[in-house]
Amino acid sequence: MGNIEQRSIDKATQEVLKKAQAENINTVWDRFDQQQPQCGFGQLGLCCTVCNMGPCRIDPFGEGAQTGACGANADTITARNLARKVAVGASAHSDHGRDIAHTLSLISDGAKHTHKGGHAHSYEILDLEKLKALAAEFGIDSAKNKDEMAKELSKKLLEEFGRQQGELIFTKRAPKKRQEIWKKLGITPRGIDREVVELLHTTTMGVDNDYKNLIQSGMRCALSDGWGGSMIATDVQDIVLGSPQPIRGKVNLGVLKENYVNIVVHGHEPVLSEMAVKAAQDPELIKLAKKMGAQGINLAGICCTANEVLMRHGIPVAGNFLQQELAIITGAVEVMMVDVQCIMPALQEVAACFHTKLVTTSPKARFPGVTHIEFSPENAYESTKQIVKLAVENFSARNKERVNIPAQEMDLVAGFTKEAVFQILGGKYRATYGPLNEAIISGRLRGLAGVVGCNNPRQTHDYFHTTLVKELIRHDVLVLQTGCSAIACAKQGLLIPEAAKLYAGLGLQEICEAVGIPPVLHLGSCVDNSRILTAASQVINEGGLGEDISDLPAAGCAPEWMSEKAITIGFYFVASGVYTVFGASPFATMGSKNVTDYLTKGLESVTGGSFEFCDDPIKTAKLMIAHIDKKRQDLKLKPAMYEAGKA
Amino acid sequence: MKQLYYEVRKCLGCRSCEIACALAHSLSGELYKALGEEKLSMPREKVLACGGKNYPVSCRHCEGALCVDACMAGALVFDKQKGQVMHDAERCVGCWMCVMVCPYGAIRPNILDKMPLRCDKCTDKDEPACVAACPTQAVIEQEKVKAKT
Repeated sequence: MGNIEQRSIDKATQEVLKKAQAENINTVWDRFDQQQPQCGFGQLGLCCTVCNMGPCRIDPFGEGAQTGACGANADTITARNLARKVAVGASAHSDHGRDIAHTLSLISDGAKHTHKGGHAHSYEILDLEKLKALAAEFGIDSAKNKDEMAKELSKKLLEEFGRQQGELIFTKRAPKKRQEIWKKLGITPRGIDREVVELLHTTTMGVDNDYKNLIQSGMRCALSDGWGGSMIATDVQDIVLGSPQPIRGKVNLGVLKENYVNIVVHGHEPVLSEMAVKAAQDPELIKLAKKMGAQGINLAGICCTANEVLMRHGIPVAGNFLQQELAIITGAVEVMMVDVQCIMPALQEVAACFHTKLVTTSPKARFPGVTHIEFSPENAYESTKQIVKLAVENFSARNKERVNIPAQEMDLVAGFTKEAVFQILGGKYRATYGPLNEAIISGRLRGLAGVVGCNNPRQTHDYFHTTLVKELIRHDVLVLQTGCSAIACAKQGLLIPEAAKLYAGLGLQEICEAVGIPPVLHLGSCVDNSRILTAASQVINEGGLGEDISDLPAAGCAPEWMSEKAITIGFYFVASGVYTVFGASPFATMGSKNVTDYLTKGLESVTGGSFEFCDDPIKTAKLMIAHIDKKRQDLKLKPAMYEAGKA
Repeated sequence: MKQLYYEVRKCLGCRSCEIACALAHSLSGELYKALGEEKLSMPREKVLACGGKNYPVSCRHCEGALCVDACMAGALVFDKQKGQVMHDAERCVGCWMCVMVCPYGAIRPNILDKMPLRCDKCTDKDEPACVAACPTQAVIEQEKVKAKT
């Protein structure tokens, strides 16, 4: 994809890519081009590197080897490779959940032992109501004082990771019928760590050879993420950092400010970025910044940690996954501080082309030769302040002649949670899901769609996300978004209330205008996909739309996915009964007709959900809308009230 | 007259050339679709391993080729202008004599199709698919050179 217009639809991205080309700086698109053509065996999932008798490959044309040295055929090899990716994706989200649960335990610990605050003295309980609600779910006496409750809760949450038997507590949030389906299939997750380990065990040489069984084990592991690790991450972050409320913000590279010290937070775990928000407001550091000739300190985010601080503080978002290098190439970033996940190894080299300092903070994610200032909940503010200070001091090293910040920035509204959405829809005094359900039942809303996931240079950046979402809202489908997908649509102006008038169908327009919401709701980061699961369960509990998530007129999509985490999310959505379409390219199972057919056709009779693969946004929208319409028919609902809006 | 050459030391045996070759001769030209086509396209080139080295093997388009001599149906003809052994599918009876006589083992029988599988140098493309696909540039297309003996 040499052509810049083919690389991205986003004008800011195009502008910085031109600069990168002029200055001979390689970006992900160039490196992706250098990888072409990519290995067909890998794309088809037919390469097995599990044991040292291999690497073995299956000949997709049927002439050569049809089994590996051990005898594993294409079905076993593709299913095993896929299952390993599910385990890795689940491990990433769930380990994030563990860290935040650990932070909660440190907060409660410290409060008990010292006056000054505790081992995590920079944090406190910010959402007491949610703490109480969670405590009640875990059978903790909510009459206890805050710290005792938090202590007991964190202990029980951490036990969910090491649990050996029984069922994860959060699975009880799913509709009864869904819980029954899981029980019948034997895929109710028992313990978060156990499911990851057991799945990895089943994929080693000479264990599970039944592709259907491997995929079921994959679903159980994914459920331990969606209804376990990720859900813990979301809920405990709300307790410790505060539950988001709808909030205005700005997005795209234009949020970087020329005369300010620019600090970009990038990664996933908001315990770090939250402290960066505090440290960037430190009067001492602002004074220092002014002394260095800057007007102040400007904080912006990339990827999911951006979504977290956007949702809670309205901190601007500089961009999504494919823009991480571009932020540095503007020449205006003093420090990019990173924690874990989705941080391109290439950042180091790009940063070396400028004065930008890349700072790693997690002992889990280090780069050789890069400044490492280790962050922990115990030294949270101190270490973050040190990083912000480094940024301020680095302002003088900026070469002003090389600063080119694109003008593009867009307004957005974010901060919708399963609690907040429905206070808005139902009003403060009847904050229920009733109005939402009524809107779907009456056909004013055709249904719901979750559009989530990453960017991938395989697809024109942001094109699939925005084209798909526009097509969905045109057909009166309310779209719920997280992650880099939400950022993509925000940049194109779909996350402002005014977008309803411009793009939505008549029914969705009526709802958006009546309650003042955008037609596309930003629910947060990728771990916040768990918010979609709980919201869907509450829609079912409200009544009138069936007994199970699979009855809902709803569908999911990860249009420009690249991460293993996306596969895991897809697995827990499908295992929860959702029809889920993957764009970019299919899973690496196409080398096995059996496995691919099972994912796309066979699973529906098993879980009520299924996968679909489609690399065209309009066709994907058609598939999702057809599914939604079918579910409306099955529920004997009236057809959608209005024809699709103008294209 | 351009000819395909192989830098044997660079070949890692990834078989990307095989996949690219089969795709180049499929109806759709796309990996995920080609595998579902009724008449499955097959690679004309094969990577064989021998003595610790990998040898991509495909038709050398020899002048005075044994396969041309052996073809009793007259389906194989050496086209001097193109510098290439051409195959006329209409004439071919699938007797496999060409397969038997090729000293390089570069012609394979396609049992389903009853046609020999031979490199056609991708003359309909700017560059042969195997050359474009090779991640280590082990497949080279260049003017014919006389081998030093």
